[in-house]
Amino acid sequence: MAGKIRVVVAKPGLDGHDRGAKIIARALRDAGMEVIYTGLHQTPEQIVETAIQEDADAVGISILSGAHMTLVPRIMELLRENGAEDVLVVLGGTIPQDDAEELKRGGVAEVFGPGAATSDIVDFLRGAVATA
Amino acid sequence: MATTEGTGTDRWREELYDAKPERQGELFSTISGIENEPLYTEDNVEIGELGFPGVYPFTRGVYPSMYRGRLWTMRQFAGFGTAEETNERFRYLTEHGQTGLSTAFDMPTLMGYDSDHPRSLGEVGREGVAIDSLEDMETLFSGIPLDTVSTSMTINSPAAMLLAFYACVGERQGVPIAALRGTVQTDILKEYIAQKEWIFPPEPSMRLVVDMIEWCAREMPLMHPVSISGYHIREAGSTAAQELAFTLADGFAYVDACIERGLDVDDFAPRLSFFFNAHLDFFEEIGKYRAARRIWATLMREKYGAKNPRSWLMRFHTQTAGVSLTAQQPEVNLIRTAIEALAAVLGGTQSLHTNSFDEALALPTEHAVRLALRTQQVIAHETGVVNTIDPLGGSYYVEHMTNELERQAYEYFDRIEKLGGVVAAIKDNFFQREIAEASFQYQSEVERQQRVVVGVNRYQLEEEQQVELLKIDPALERKQIERVQALRARRDSSAVEAALARLREDAAHEDRNLMEPIMDAARADVTMGEMCDALREVWGVWRETPVF
Repeated sequence: MAGKIRVVVAKPGLDGHDRGAKIIARALRDAGMEVIYTGLHQTPEQIVETAIQEDADAVGISILSGAHMTLVPRIMELLRENGAEDVLVVLGGTIPQDDAEELKRGGVAEVFGPGAATSDIVDFLRGAVATA
Repeated sequence: MATTEGTGTDRWREELYDAKPERQGELFSTISGIENEPLYTEDNVEIGELGFPGVYPFTRGVYPSMYRGRLWTMRQFAGFGTAEETNERFRYLTEHGQTGLSTAFDMPTLMGYDSDHPRSLGEVGREGVAIDSLEDMETLFSGIPLDTVSTSMTINSPAAMLLAFYACVGERQGVPIAALRGTVQTDILKEYIAQKEWIFPPEPSMRLVVDMIEWCAREMPLMHPVSISGYHIREAGSTAAQELAFTLADGFAYVDACIERGLDVDDFAPRLSFFFNAHLDFFEEIGKYRAARRIWATLMREKYGAKNPRSWLMRFHTQTAGVSLTAQQPEVNLIRTAIEALAAVLGGTQSLHTNSFDEALALPTEHAVRLALRTQQVIAHETGVVNTIDPLGGSYYVEHMTNELERQAYEYFDRIEKLGGVVAAIKDNFFQREIAEASFQYQSEVERQQRVVVGVNRYQLEEEQQVELLKIDPALERKQIERVQALRARRDSSAVEAALARLREDAAHEDRNLMEPIMDAARADVTMGEMCDALREVWGVWRETPVF
């Protein structure tokens, strides 16, 4: 694959917990990726629009509000509607295991829980984007 | 740092300590990165005048008798689903010996959206209780006479609306509002800095805070209208020194704003309260609380000229560190929380929330919450640490940490002042950058294995055991939406329109206190979201330019 991996780090929903999103954004940037951080309180529509405009290889969604079962499927649906289903979607936050499995069945490539190492996330993105 | 050259400590270090280089290469700094000496003695710590509990500058505690007079208030933060579910949890906690109530609101409420707003979809009742109207607030406190409890409400941007709902519930229960006791968080500055649940730009937000302080001083003298909060600053990734410095800087910014309004410092300062984190680095935390009391008292007396000794007192609530909890081997969190709670008690807190062990995974179950409350009860009744006031006072190390954190706080005050004050520094992203830097630093140390997190980067289990989690029924969102829509259909719409028109009109005039129009709107069943919308029309909304 040519050029740098482009990743949109996105915070959907109303929660303001941006510590994790910022750490991930910085770790991905330090690992040589192009990172676009959306900032807080984004709607699924805004996130998908950013992903398309930025020609992103991947979208990393950070959510700690408990609204993941509403917001993440909506993001997946909008990506498909806009012909952007090739964009890799990964998710991070406090996601119960049952929910994580259901979201993966709906097309989310991976779910990272609390305590995940940034190096694992970097490695995963490199591997998954390269084979996409 | 005092020089130790040629002292007994110096000789001890050269002849004995340095000859035993065990565990070289590991970090011996605090979790915030403050370097620790192997030993503190009279050679390298200046203890100075320690003073007495209840005596300026209150390093040793705000009250002369501390826990021998009264234990801290055990106040577990609770809220989920609709007002009915949370009312049930409140009663459960009270039955098990909790001594104060504390309300967690859901994300839509924190952001000023009613439950049926499109932005609220999927978020209603998830991370706290959904409160849209006076009617919901009445349900929340149903069967709880408000003259018998003190209630804390964690709400900031829409704090004035929720305070008005609470006051109106009091009115309807027949309790005079002057008799209502409790705390409203209302600390909007730390929202821009760390917690990020904001609505309006900083200037009108500050005006609303001062309106509440002014109104409470007159109408609800037993209410704490602001709880100046470091908790969220720490959770967002700051160091202990940053938590201390940024929180106090916010506190002084509110004092400045009230004085600018023309209020006398002694008319409002006694009702300001604080809220700190209790993290894992035990002695650093104790030093932080002691330094906080000393700085607040010193500047309130010396800089602001407060004459009432109650204006010098820093009284604070503490919550154990949510960020220190791990999703891995969650029962281990019971131990973390117990140690953090002990630090808060040894640091002289006035009230305490202990986190539940399952909170890195979900909102807590009843079982987990009961264990968290029992943790406080064991500390209070079984350990004996409450028998003697400030038992670590005079410890070379604790006094050193107190002095060091105090010094770092004053350094930050200078930097903030050079940037033009707290609001200017927020707009400059100063706090946001400092916190992002500190949290990245900590994460890097954990990933390099320089800091061990038990169960996460050492002592892991091959297979994690499952714990029972609280599930929020998705049907509750629908129920709450129906409730607010039924209220809208039923109420007197001309009274609603009139109340909103007055609110918009008064909001456009900076010299009018907004609490009375908000109280009138609450009585007319105007919803929280509608009041916030009216103010959005006049004031606009805040947008952050994020940094990482």
